[in-house]
Amino acid sequence: MSTTHATSETFDRNARAALADPVLHGALRNLADSFVVRRQNAIASAGDWEGLRDRARAIKDETLLHLDQYLERFTENAKKAGATIHWARDGKEACDIVLELVRAKNANMVVKAKSMAGEEIHLNEALEAGGIEPVETDLGEWIIQLAGETPSHIVVPAIHKTKQQIADLFVEKVGIEQTDNVDVLTQTARKILRQRFAEAQVGVSGVNFGVAETGTILILENEGNIRLTTSLTKTHIAIMGIEKVIPNFADLDVFLKLLPRSGTGQRLTAYQSLITGVKKNADDIGPDELHIVMLDNGRSRMLAHPLTRQSLACIRCGACLNACPVYQQIGGHAYGSVYPGPIGAVITPQLFGLSKSKQLPYASSLCGACREVCPVKIDIPALLLHLRSEIAEGSTAAAEATTRKPGESFAFRMYSRMWSTSGTYSLSMRAARLMQRVIARDGKIGKVGGLISRLVPPLGAWTAWRDAPVVAPKSFREMWREKKK
Amino acid sequence: MKVALFVTCLVDQLCPNVGMATVDVLERAGCTVTFDERQTCCGQPAFNTGYRTEARDFAKRFIEIFETSDAEAIVIPSGSCTAMVKHFHEVFEDDHEWKERADRIAAKTHELSSFLVNILGIDDVGAISNGKATWHDACHGLRDLGVHDEPRRLLNKVGGLEFVEMENADVCCGFGGTFSVKFPEISAGILDNKIEMIEKSGADTVVACDASCLMQISGRLSRIGSKVQTKHIAEILASQE
Repeated sequence: MSTTHATSETFDRNARAALADPVLHGALRNLADSFVVRRQNAIASAGDWEGLRDRARAIKDETLLHLDQYLERFTENAKKAGATIHWARDGKEACDIVLELVRAKNANMVVKAKSMAGEEIHLNEALEAGGIEPVETDLGEWIIQLAGETPSHIVVPAIHKTKQQIADLFVEKVGIEQTDNVDVLTQTARKILRQRFAEAQVGVSGVNFGVAETGTILILENEGNIRLTTSLTKTHIAIMGIEKVIPNFADLDVFLKLLPRSGTGQRLTAYQSLITGVKKNADDIGPDELHIVMLDNGRSRMLAHPLTRQSLACIRCGACLNACPVYQQIGGHAYGSVYPGPIGAVITPQLFGLSKSKQLPYASSLCGACREVCPVKIDIPALLLHLRSEIAEGSTAAAEATTRKPGESFAFRMYSRMWSTSGTYSLSMRAARLMQRVIARDGKIGKVGGLISRLVPPLGAWTAWRDAPVVAPKSFREMWREKKK
Repeated sequence: MKVALFVTCLVDQLCPNVGMATVDVLERAGCTVTFDERQTCCGQPAFNTGYRTEARDFAKRFIEIFETSDAEAIVIPSGSCTAMVKHFHEVFEDDHEWKERADRIAAKTHELSSFLVNILGIDDVGAISNGKATWHDACHGLRDLGVHDEPRRLLNKVGGLEFVEMENADVCCGFGGTFSVKFPEISAGILDNKIEMIEKSGADTVVACDASCLMQISGRLSRIGSKVQTKHIAEILASQE
């Protein structure tokens, strides 16, 4: 499973490859059509949707402002209920903790519930390197694990795959007869995965919310595989980003209304597993041991700045991906990160480094559809603009941001200087009027190639797809002057 | 009402008729229009690409120029540039004096259709224009300024004009400023979805409040040889035939 995956550094190339893939395009169109409509119907059933969003954001803001206190309360209460708490500064530490726990149980495989935190720290690779077989049990995750791929969506990891591609994959990897029957495919997965559940000693999951008041973790799902992962196994390891904590049990009321509606367009997911510590009596359902791995991995850096702090309010619903015109064109893999789409373009550079993903903040038309659907009102366009300014101007916060493009920055300096007086502004436009004579035909500029597109790359890029307008023979200010005569 | 026009650099240089149409509409609505020839650009390209220093220079210039005007309102035939003026205070960070000056200017700045309907209380400007038109919601006008019903009310009152909604009128056209040339393939992919909806609406004219979206849309319509025309809302509202 050592396929090389696209990275954020080559975003433009990844995107072009995605655009050239008609199968992907079909899948993405379905996603946009079905999820967007389902979400709209679901939020209509929630009553005061705007009020819910405001409450959710207020809860998140309060928690993030005093995160240290809430984390202390959460971990104390989880410990009281019998959980063991581990702290991981980064992905490697988290993987090492998990690996050690699994080894201590003499297990050579683990069943895994879908977890973005697990994806973020590349836990499967770490487990495999340590000789332990990770078995994804969410259908979508299992499919992409079989295919040796990474998720292309936060909520629906295999959204980029068609039924036919999945059938072909099953024929190749698990030896079924060719079929186009979805029931046969899901029954195949179910049969194989049930067997693996029966064998498993250790289950690994993520966490949607950790309640400080009670030390409870909540995990949402539709397939029942998380319930099995966390209750059939003797040892449950939960990886929890430190931003997942919320103050009170009653706060779940708000988030349970927001998350399923925003994520999958459901009023509620089929399963909500609330886990408070370990089982108390032999007859109880639940693990003998519960380990919660508290993951930082760059999150506390985001806490420092009042603007970037809101990035941590994300509840990973994926609504911004579904609403994003850019995501709808290129899908998730092009972003080269486990977190794709608008929120991915915001958190990937902050978690993994701006210099490794400097194209991502620019991969947006700033249309604001993401902000409009975000259940916790994260101002994604403002965050993208903030990251763009860190890239363009460098900043003390991002010491690694030696990312400024000299050509572009020169062009913007010239634009600012030339257009700082109306005289030089008009002069520059008169020059453009003269120069366009070479390339304008019938009052417009068609495709320009060769030397001109090399000299003026934006013009080449624009006219590859669109005709460009010409500078008018007479500007408005000239017309205005004549009118006033 | 005395109105100071910020015509925008795109309109000034690429489609000056939109500027003249804006003046016509405002004058017919009873306004006295002034135009300060020192104006150039609002600086949005710099702001949106991350060049805050340059954006700050443009913002200061804009504020200084319009502070000298005794007009009650600043009107802009663009949702996007109006939104930039509303964002000016962000480029001043901790400079409270400039922040306040920015806020004072922003408070009296309006996008054209919103100014007509919400400030002047006019939705019938007495325009006549034949044909079938559909409306494209430019993102900044829609999501930063909340302009949605205003242009529809104005268009519905235009004599002789049949107004039809296209599907996904509120979805981006893919322009996005420098995005359109940084990622031209993605921009064009988004644009083609918009073109599909425009064609499907059966309209002969697509109308918007931003020269930038119209440049993107008309550039593609022209390239594929479509018969659909693009018009700025000022041109429709100034039309008398």
